[in-house]
Amino acid sequence: MKMTFLQQCITIGVMVLGVVLTRFLPFLIFPPGRPTPRFVRYLGAVLPAAVFGMLVVYCLKDVRFFEGTHGLPEALAIALTVVLHVWKRQMLLSIAGGTLFYMLLVQTAF
Amino acid sequence: MMCMQRYDLFSENNFSAEKNEFLYMHTPSPSVHTSGLRRERAHFHEIFLTLQKHKSAPRMNTSHPATRTTALRAAFPYTVPICAGFLFLGMTYGILMNVSGFSFWYPMIMAMSIFSGSVEFVAVNVLLGAFHPVAAFGLAVMIGARHLFYGLSMLDRFRGLGWKKPVIIFMMCDETFSIEYTAEVPAGVDRGWFMLWVSVLDYVYWVAGAVLGAVCGDFICFSTEGLEFVMTAMFVVIFTEQWLKDRNHVPALVGLLVSAACLLVFGAEQFIIPSMMGILLVLGLLRGRLSNAGQKAGAKGGEG
Repeated sequence: MKMTFLQQCITIGVMVLGVVLTRFLPFLIFPPGRPTPRFVRYLGAVLPAAVFGMLVVYCLKDVRFFEGTHGLPEALAIALTVVLHVWKRQMLLSIAGGTLFYMLLVQTAF
Repeated sequence: MMCMQRYDLFSENNFSAEKNEFLYMHTPSPSVHTSGLRRERAHFHEIFLTLQKHKSAPRMNTSHPATRTTALRAAFPYTVPICAGFLFLGMTYGILMNVSGFSFWYPMIMAMSIFSGSVEFVAVNVLLGAFHPVAAFGLAVMIGARHLFYGLSMLDRFRGLGWKKPVIIFMMCDETFSIEYTAEVPAGVDRGWFMLWVSVLDYVYWVAGAVLGAVCGDFICFSTEGLEFVMTAMFVVIFTEQWLKDRNHVPALVGLLVSAACLLVFGAEQFIIPSMMGILLVLGLLRGRLSNAGQKAGAKGGEG
């Protein structure tokens, strides 16, 4: 572990602060009866999709595409996850299926 | 945390002046995997209402113990599908923390204080990396940003709930929001207690799952190599779900491409803050186009 205990506490603390802020902020800055700024509403419509795209990339940030397994197990497992999800639209099934398939791949095939 | 169902954020009265502008992105539809249960719930409520009539419901008094138990009985059925999901994902999170070398205090305290699956899974990575408190804070805010919009849509609904209000706000998550936003609180059931119970039950499921996973991690006798992929799978599923429901895929592509470009330029340890700023910048620049496209789509295709 790279971090000291204090650094871990600070990291967890700021992440708690960040999330709690997102929960309470609307109630603090938008008192009842005032219209929400247009730009905030625009971000509300477009930001979630973009953030989830960013998080997919974040999950794959340590994958090396030019050495080792060339990201093949990740690509296959993601493909299966997407196919499962488009097919059944059951979140838990897609997540469990993709994860188990990935574990199988890295433990046996690669 | 999981069920990223879409809802019509702007159909509330407080948005009526400027409504419909961005609705093209939001297809109001019931949750895919809970819609089957909705009928059961309706059935439950019928029985419940009949019972209420027969015993001539007491006058609403929010501090009365009967108010609490009645609300609990009304709230519990709504949370059953979430119970399964949270226990599963919470346990996976606990096990992942365990095999990453953290004692069970970490997932327990983080589940109780962060209470956001996506943030907690990312936090595992963050804690294993180098010390970057600003990036950690930025990540938590960006991932948690959707709570801002849950809050915006609940401004009116949470009014007048007294001490329960901050508790419910603190325990806000995707699933709880989807229930509290869509569920019709049955007649004779106290609204505040109903929502509080939904929040508390979901909270307990998640924390219990995380602690269970963290404790059971020690007794796992199969190889957990590759388990960390659960986070990737989760975000891929949420991303796919979002993609299937959005009519305009530009925001999703902006998120993917801007972050991929930043990853190439800045490297794995440094790319997240530039990505967040880049995404905000590009979305800001595309605002005119995306809003106009939305209005056209809205005019052509109606609302979902």
